[in-house]
Amino acid sequence: MQTAKKSNVLKQLRIEKLGFSVLTLLSIATVIPIIAVVIYIIYLGAPAISWEFVSAMPSDGMRAGGIWPAIVGTIYLTVGTAIFSVPLGIAAAIYLSEYAPVNRVTQAIRIAIINLAGIPSVVYGLFGLGLFVIFLNFGTSILSASLTLSIMTLPVIISTTEEALRAVPQSFRVVSVSLGATKWQTIWRLVLPQAIPGMLTGIVLGLERAAGETAPILFTGAAFFLPRLPNSPLDATMALPYHLFVISTQVPGMPIQIQYGTVLVLLVFVLIMNIIVTMIRSRARAKRQW
Amino acid sequence: MDKIIVENLSITYSDGVESLYDINLRIPIHQITALIGPSGGGKSTFLRVLNRLNDLADVTKTTGKVLIDGIDILDPTLDVIALRRKVGIVFSRPLPLPLSIYQNVSYGLELMGEKRKSVLDEAVERALRLAELWDEVKERLHDPANSISGGQQQRLCLARTLSLQPEIIMLDEPTSALDPISTAKIETSLIELKKDFTVIIAPHNTQQAGRIADYVAFFLHGKLIEFSSAEEIFTRPKDNKTQDYISGKFG
Repeated sequence: MQTAKKSNVLKQLRIEKLGFSVLTLLSIATVIPIIAVVIYIIYLGAPAISWEFVSAMPSDGMRAGGIWPAIVGTIYLTVGTAIFSVPLGIAAAIYLSEYAPVNRVTQAIRIAIINLAGIPSVVYGLFGLGLFVIFLNFGTSILSASLTLSIMTLPVIISTTEEALRAVPQSFRVVSVSLGATKWQTIWRLVLPQAIPGMLTGIVLGLERAAGETAPILFTGAAFFLPRLPNSPLDATMALPYHLFVISTQVPGMPIQIQYGTVLVLLVFVLIMNIIVTMIRSRARAKRQW
Repeated sequence: MDKIIVENLSITYSDGVESLYDINLRIPIHQITALIGPSGGGKSTFLRVLNRLNDLADVTKTTGKVLIDGIDILDPTLDVIALRRKVGIVFSRPLPLPLSIYQNVSYGLELMGEKRKSVLDEAVERALRLAELWDEVKERLHDPANSISGGQQQRLCLARTLSLQPEIIMLDEPTSALDPISTAKIETSLIELKKDFTVIIAPHNTQQAGRIADYVAFFLHGKLIEFSSAEEIFTRPKDNKTQDYISGKFG
């Protein structure tokens, strides 16, 4: 009897071990494609990388020279998108999480935001063309493209920020109010600081997507070839993703390492954003205390 | 003298639980008044009326009068911020804010716009001393508030409430999550505090009411069954239900 019980336990332990091994293998399997893609891009793109490549203007119909204007353009577009979408997104999230009453109207707003996140990016591009480029007469410009990318980014920022705000325990709000805080004082002094790490994740996810998108800027701000830096927000600009599209499909006789070099630069750009935000986030987390 | 006068107070929650029915009560100044009764009987609701924390809850209807120093605090035009500074509350679980020990105590004053460091320092020390916590934390005021023990955290919450120099202190089962030693420290503080404050406590158990209360109110199913001095309630209760509850027949 005793031995039968013991062997039963051993059997269960073996099954558990097997289960863990399968799970471990599966999680490794999910990382393999990502690593493969990165290695492939580095392998093909690294030979193109040189100081000239990241600092010079393109030449010879973009078949030689550098991609400096595209790098600068992508930075401008990302910053422009952040300027419009971050304050608006945070404000909307604060309203939805802290102030909005639970009723049909706010329910509809939430559903609209979720659906907005699922709209194909080319639709945003056409919308931006109609509204910003033509109707508001901003022309094909950094301004129009940033605004278009902002609309695309907003749902991500709003929903992740709202979630981060909701994750702050309700008891903190009650304590704060019981000490004579107004609602806004509670949000500003207590809730927002606690929510910052979560908010940053959403903001960066949204901005990274904006930095890498082609379709929304296709009609609104991207230049096929512009061998100079833009002078004002009303100028068109080159941008890494669109440049990549152009040199991969529109230019005959394009050296393959320039294509992959461009991809590599875009990848590094996104990686740098990630590293910066991870650093800010871990510092904010270290300060957080619950 | 009566600090708080409650007349015909009724409250209905939208889910029907923890409502109050026609409460009439006079809470004397500079005494400890204990609200006893089984949980769900309306004690927390009653406390949350007195500083209008109920405004945050799903209350469908409030009728009657609650006078504090003769002012009806249910008046919708009342300055609730001032009320909450005057009527402080300590909750059943220690709920330190995610700040340092110091910042937890200075939080309420900073909300009022107090920025002078000397004033804040002095207020923090005074409040921590009143809560009998100063000696234990004076060396590490800037450590996170959740780095101290649960008992210390609850005294920190008491200090945080005291920092605003309220006139009334309410405690909703403040020792339910604490060990006997921490409980004893809180009870000692409360007996000391009633000299300057009016204390209302929903005690953790009837014995606690017996140890510290001057007056006792017995709540059952949202109704006030009996209210009188602690001595009366514990030695010759008028109502059979009070008798049964105190003797432990139900609870």
